[in-house]
Amino acid sequence: MLIKRKEFIQVGSLATASFMLPKFLKAFERPMMVPPGNKVVVVIQFSGGNDGLNTVIPVRNDIYYKERPGLGIAKEKALLLTDETGLNPALEAFKGFYDEGSLAILNSVGYPNPDRSHFRSMDIWHSASNSNEYVNTGWVGRYLDAQCKGCDKPTQAMEIDDVLSLALKGEQNKGLAFKDPKRLFNISNGNFIKDINTDHRNGEETIDYLYKTMSETLSSAEYIYKQSRVHPTDQSYPNTELGKDLKTIASLIFSDINTKVYYVSLGSFDTHVNQDNQQKRLFTELNDAVKAFATDLKKNNRFEDVLMMTFSEFGRRVSQNASGGTDHGTANNMFFVSGGLKEKGMLNAMPDLADLNEGDLKHKVDFKNVYATVLNKWLGSDDKQILGTQYEYLKFI
Amino acid sequence: MPASNRLKNQHLLWRAAFGPMAENAASLDTLSQKELWQLLVKTSDKKPERINVSQELIDLYFSGNDGMQRKDLTREQRKEIQEKSRESLKNLNLRWLETFINSEAQLREKMSLFWHGHFACRVNNSYFQQELLQVIRENSLGNFKDLLMLVSKSPAMLQFLNNQQNRKQHPNENFAREVMELFTMGRGNYSENDIKEAARAFTGWGFNPQGGFMFRRNQHDDGVKTVLGKSGNFSGEDIISLLTEQRQTALFISRKIYKYFVNENADEVKVAWLADRFYKSGYDIKKLMEDIFTSSWFYDEKNVGTRIKSPVELLCGIRRLLPMQLENDQSQLLFERALGQVLFFPPNVAGWPGGKSWIDSSSLMLRLRIPQILTANEMMDIRPKADDDVQMGQMMEAGIKRMKEAVKGGTATIEWASVNKIFEKIPREKLLETISATVLQTKGRTSTAVLDKYVNTENRENFIKSTVVNLMSTPEYQLC
Repeated sequence: MLIKRKEFIQVGSLATASFMLPKFLKAFERPMMVPPGNKVVVVIQFSGGNDGLNTVIPVRNDIYYKERPGLGIAKEKALLLTDETGLNPALEAFKGFYDEGSLAILNSVGYPNPDRSHFRSMDIWHSASNSNEYVNTGWVGRYLDAQCKGCDKPTQAMEIDDVLSLALKGEQNKGLAFKDPKRLFNISNGNFIKDINTDHRNGEETIDYLYKTMSETLSSAEYIYKQSRVHPTDQSYPNTELGKDLKTIASLIFSDINTKVYYVSLGSFDTHVNQDNQQKRLFTELNDAVKAFATDLKKNNRFEDVLMMTFSEFGRRVSQNASGGTDHGTANNMFFVSGGLKEKGMLNAMPDLADLNEGDLKHKVDFKNVYATVLNKWLGSDDKQILGTQYEYLKFI
Repeated sequence: MPASNRLKNQHLLWRAAFGPMAENAASLDTLSQKELWQLLVKTSDKKPERINVSQELIDLYFSGNDGMQRKDLTREQRKEIQEKSRESLKNLNLRWLETFINSEAQLREKMSLFWHGHFACRVNNSYFQQELLQVIRENSLGNFKDLLMLVSKSPAMLQFLNNQQNRKQHPNENFAREVMELFTMGRGNYSENDIKEAARAFTGWGFNPQGGFMFRRNQHDDGVKTVLGKSGNFSGEDIISLLTEQRQTALFISRKIYKYFVNENADEVKVAWLADRFYKSGYDIKKLMEDIFTSSWFYDEKNVGTRIKSPVELLCGIRRLLPMQLENDQSQLLFERALGQVLFFPPNVAGWPGGKSWIDSSSLMLRLRIPQILTANEMMDIRPKADDDVQMGQMMEAGIKRMKEAVKGGTATIEWASVNKIFEKIPREKLLETISATVLQTKGRTSTAVLDKYVNTENRENFIKSTVVNLMSTPEYQLC
């Protein structure tokens, strides 16, 4: 926050968390220390619909090269994983992860009756709903509900962003979104805001809800800021948005904070035109940031505890379009990066380009199976309660 | 303590309009609620003037080339149209927002905002959006059956709900499903088979590139359909009539209106009473609203100051009480975006869920800072998410750039003189209490002791300024 001349409200000094909490909440405040070995998930969202076929490339597939005469990435350029598959040339660090056994690739992830609208398909992924349902809460938000019953700080899941995504909105609790712990702290550290917070007396339900949100924000802001300074990372990160975001996350992971899920986005992958340059630029940002992050985690012996997972709201069509790009498609691949994978490499077969649905890939794995696996096996939570249905688990963790 | 006359009038103005306005805020002590209601009805009588932002688009589309199809356009032409459409949608948004603030037809516009959420539609064609908006504004207080029919036949809705693809050989159920689930009866009151059959009746409903409704007879399935227990060779129009014949539709709409205008927690007895009268009136929307706003229960304590303002209501409420010149109206779009309500871009077919869903830690903290950002030229340092909806994404990118330039010089100049005028007859010792009673609707308030700490006592003018801004920066101000 840029502190300019404040005409009316003065920015003031530090206060303790307990001072900021209204009385009716104080009773719930308790230490929430996390034992070492705390498992953490970092979700990296590729916004805009990443082209999966130019991410994990079927380097010996004639259909691929025939449908993409201009856009297809030649075998010689791809970073070969197997005889059949290679990675996008900009993903050199991911090739390293593959070689050392810390990358798993899941192909053909999607859902039945795919929607090709960005905002709708993203909603479906965020809310973990079927494509004919409209759900106003997100899967991470509902995880938060389960973790933060009666707790005073909903910091078990947070988003590194200025605006909160649907994914992190629960029924009872909503995650925090912030770009920078210090700025979050400054915004919530005004004397006026703290005074009115202390002054509030329990009354009508809606106003209490607003004060509860406010006081949780104030105490979380201080908690997060303090934690971010306990063990700030000394690793150097690229000076990109994602680089800065992952650096913030690393510093928090090394602290005693109780956060289990971090959420961050990269985009836009909506490459209708001039795809090569755009995807290359974004993948370079991804590659360099994740590389620094993984190095940092390894140095601090936390690489086994952290699972990075990428997804996009949909993949793109198999055929290139007339503008050097690709249009909205359906199923897509996901990356999982961690030192603690049980299955590595290619988890399933590459998409079958001879078996398409009107030019689009058919999904073989429902993304909700992935969520169930992560929620249950990595985070030890009740996935059935969070997702509303018992989905079968995958075996990669 | 019984609610004061002022509080009741403000209650009516917050719910049936966009909040009290500086120039008549002082008169609210004496007017009765009935008089105020009649005033609201009278000022909304006229047919609304069209908000016209998109004429050029259609000109460009068809310049010297009647019936030109989108696929015949060159890439450059398409790009140009998209750009114009984007610019027009932004203008449509800002012009309508201005209307909320300045139009005397407050009731009509407030109802229109409700229907804009009810008939949620998200298409990038600004001409289609503009025409749908006009249909809604012209009929927002009219007859629901007419409104429903016109909206259902609007190219914007037909495109959004894929009815252009609903053909005899390949039925597409999306349109039929949403008409039943979201526009009329609500979930659980019909079967999947009813949807399938209704979809057949809507086959052939489409639009021409000029933006008019078009019935494509050769794509229409004219066999017998069975919907809600009735059989016949139904047309789309028949289905719409069949749906409004259902009492459930009156109940569904009345409940939604009650939740929006009265209280999130619906009182089912009141809702049933309203629905019955709504149905008997043949779906007269103005009568329904009159039943609500002239009832005594509308002013019950539990209904006053307990509703979370939507982002648009919050922004408009501030700007009505504090008349201001915006240096750059881009900031309004950014507020809409960051707070989660961009007009013409509802989150999905179900519209904005409203209520507590408006509030999370980021949105609440920004809401509390908005009065500062507007009045004290505080830096707005948030960056709304990139949006991959091409239209909105680029619209926001452009907005952010211009916003950055704008904030250097401040975002708004407030006409404090008109604000001071509201309180000119109030003695000093009553000033704080009166300002608080004008700005806030909630029963509980921040104590005088705390407010006193932050008030600027240099002179009367600064006292008023600082008190208004402080009160607007509280959680209480988020409610109406």
